[in-house]
Amino acid sequence: MNEHSHPAAGVYLRVAAVLVILTVLEVGVFYVPAFHPVLVPVLLVLSAVKFTLVVMFYMHLKADSRVFTFLFGAPLLLAAVVMVALLFLLLGALTLRGAAGAG
Amino acid sequence: MTTHGTHTSLGLDSRKMAFWAFIGSECLLFTSLISTYLVYKGRSVVGPYPHEILNIPFTSVSTFDLLMSSLMMVLALAAVQRGDMKWGKIWLFCTALLGLVFLGGQVIEFTEFVHKGLTLQTNLFGCTFFVLTGTHGAHVTVGVLWLLTLWVRALQGKLTSANAMTVEITGLYWHFVDVVWIVIFTVVYLIQ
Amino acid sequence: MKSWLTTTDHKRIGLLYFFTAFAFFLIGGIEALVIRAQLAQPNGHLVTAETYNQLFTMHGTTMVFLALMPLSASFFNYIVPLQIGARDVAFPRLNAFSYWVFLLGGLFLNASWFVGPLFHAGVLNVAPDGGWFGYANLTERQFSPGPNIDFWLLGLQILGISSLAAGFNFIVTILNLRAPGMRMMRVPAFTWMTLVTQFLVITAFPVITVALAFLMFDRFFGTHFYVSQAGATPILWQHLFWLFGHPEVYILILPAMGIVSEVLPTFARKPLFGYTVVVYSGILIGFMGWGVWSHHMFSVGLGPIADSVFSATTMLIAVPTGVKIFNWIATLWGGDIRGTTALHFAVGFIAMFIIGGLSGVTHASPPADLQQTDTYYVVAHIHYVLFGGTIMGLFAGIYYWWPKMTGRLLSEALGKWHFWLQFVGMNLAFFPMHLIGLLGMPRRIYTYSPELGVSDLNLLSTIGAFLIALSILVFVVNIVRTRRRGQRAGNDPWGGATLEWSISSPPPVYNFSVIPTVANRLPRWKTEHHEPMRDPPGTPPAPIHVPGGSWWPMLAALGLPILALAPLTHTLWIAFVGVAVLLAGIYLWAFEPFDV
Repeated sequence: MNEHSHPAAGVYLRVAAVLVILTVLEVGVFYVPAFHPVLVPVLLVLSAVKFTLVVMFYMHLKADSRVFTFLFGAPLLLAAVVMVALLFLLLGALTLRGAAGAG
Repeated sequence: MTTHGTHTSLGLDSRKMAFWAFIGSECLLFTSLISTYLVYKGRSVVGPYPHEILNIPFTSVSTFDLLMSSLMMVLALAAVQRGDMKWGKIWLFCTALLGLVFLGGQVIEFTEFVHKGLTLQTNLFGCTFFVLTGTHGAHVTVGVLWLLTLWVRALQGKLTSANAMTVEITGLYWHFVDVVWIVIFTVVYLIQ
Repeated sequence: MKSWLTTTDHKRIGLLYFFTAFAFFLIGGIEALVIRAQLAQPNGHLVTAETYNQLFTMHGTTMVFLALMPLSASFFNYIVPLQIGARDVAFPRLNAFSYWVFLLGGLFLNASWFVGPLFHAGVLNVAPDGGWFGYANLTERQFSPGPNIDFWLLGLQILGISSLAAGFNFIVTILNLRAPGMRMMRVPAFTWMTLVTQFLVITAFPVITVALAFLMFDRFFGTHFYVSQAGATPILWQHLFWLFGHPEVYILILPAMGIVSEVLPTFARKPLFGYTVVVYSGILIGFMGWGVWSHHMFSVGLGPIADSVFSATTMLIAVPTGVKIFNWIATLWGGDIRGTTALHFAVGFIAMFIIGGLSGVTHASPPADLQQTDTYYVVAHIHYVLFGGTIMGLFAGIYYWWPKMTGRLLSEALGKWHFWLQFVGMNLAFFPMHLIGLLGMPRRIYTYSPELGVSDLNLLSTIGAFLIALSILVFVVNIVRTRRRGQRAGNDPWGGATLEWSISSPPPVYNFSVIPTVANRLPRWKTEHHEPMRDPPGTPPAPIHVPGGSWWPMLAALGLPILALAPLTHTLWIAFVGVAVLLAGIYLWAFEPFDV
């Protein structure tokens, strides 16, 4: 097994520090008006980086077997594609029919 | 809690593999919930609407709390792996405690929303918000129960470094719940 | 008795799955016969419209979730560990849990036939009646106030847990418990198709879980997920349902494809033609099965872009399916063919599946589909695929593996009667439905008028349905007769290439006295490249540890239907009892010493 390849506490702390900084950035971006035109992409990227850091270092996917990467990655990819397709199909359909609701 | 001493064809722990498959499956569960939230965003016919009610500073603290609980969890695992059950117990308890704090925060948030007129039945925002974050909260609850169970087992001396895989799998679940929150925090709270 | 209730042996669980699922198959079949009796003549009055709605809903739900899936599961359980040279599945107690959840979920659903009086209604009044697809917003409390839909959605939630648990179990079993030397590309085709199926299960079931949870919240807690007045759209249900529903179609057919890929080579005494291509086609079907769901929704009016995309993907998925069909035919070609009953069913599968597949391609085209949708043409299509395909494939597997599972050969003479009656019966029952549909008879309507001009065709179809029933009766006689007088099978009655034939029939509780080492894809056959492997000795050279049974999977499973009773009866305290039973089961299970 690969217990020995797990990163040490120092790495865990550094990752935690980065995660906190990224969270502060996210909230900061949310409150700074200058960022509003690019708010959505910036937030999505920041969130994706946080997601990846946790999965890679805290869930050890970086150092662990590729089988686990597949078991997690394939459904995750599928989920992402399904989400995009659903948004396209449903938002498209709802917009075409003319929004019934406001807000 | 049995350990698999038998030979496996990939040389990997079967429980861990099953758990990764479970996490893969959970991705589809949360995707369905998040997609529904997004599809129905801005389609509520009556208020309150998200921007009137979501409390970003409060939720940022909750997010920070959950991130820190993930840190406690990996520290717990590292301690158990090197056989340091004293710190293993401490970190396990801290993880569970931070989980409880998060749940407490969710209770406060939900109560406040209800006072401001947003319930499960009010509008589509209420339906999708409460069911999505509620499902996540239910996952956190299961995780806290699980962590406390391990902590009690450790206090009884029944959880030792021989059970490091059990702690690792608990950690996988806990971190997954954390990454789901990372996504929810961005998609629900920050992108309004 | 106790040893069966607590069993964690994959072979016993496989048999439990088989007999339970077969009982549900008979129930679903009886429902179909009542439907066909009602439709035998125009203006039929055997049942009321309300009863008819319950009959077709329960027929579809039962066949999909309680008959076909668990019949496949009985082979996953019994055969997969044997084919990969394992002593059991990866998680024997989780496997028992899957079975008990399935049984209890099935009983929960079917209890709805009889418990009407508890809900101030008559018997045969509160069974689910919204179709197996349960389209919103018909299923909302406003339009379906009774407990019918509650039974359906709670029952399906329970059954989903069973399938998911089995999915994780078999993925790990196949990936991690293969005998030494059995690389992935040496894994038998049936086990490969099982693996693909389980990936579809663990990805598709969460989606239906969410869709059903929304419906549950709408019905019990007053949310508006599918309520258009609140700004929502019922189309969301259709998307979520078919996102699950189309992978589900492949969950139903891939195991049968796997069975046929085992039966044909054995009885043609030839290796499976293009094994690699068959495996990759299966994987490709699994992936592409996720990209076609909206072809169930062309009549919604998704717009030209969505229609074109889903039309194209639907036509494309016929390619890997067609590839498999050519591989099977090429496997037979030039083979030393033995016309056993199992081979009859396997070849019947190919022929019927081609017809079902072709009619499927016809509704890949949106303009054609708009004519066919909601008519009997679609009923014809799905029955060619699921009856002509899946059921024929499953019977091929039953005749093929019955001797392995029970130690006795089913009668070939009765088997041939069974096959021909079923083959003629199914074509008589389902082929006229193509015409009935194109002539304009809508499905799910309890009667029709003589002016529609489909009366004779309907009568023909009803006669076919009763012929199928007769064929199933012959099969039951065959099982009963074989139990007493069946010829002993020996280890290997067919000369099979795969590991399950290297051990006695039925196998000892530990399966393999010595775990075999596999050197190639056809370990038990002599080919130009290699000699056959030596079978494991009849008695184990060293004592083998066999895990004991456990009550706790059943206890945990029992918590789920109890939990489901809470919303059904609007009684909160029952929910606490359910959670307590579930937690007690899980904790006792987790802390029970159990060495695999």
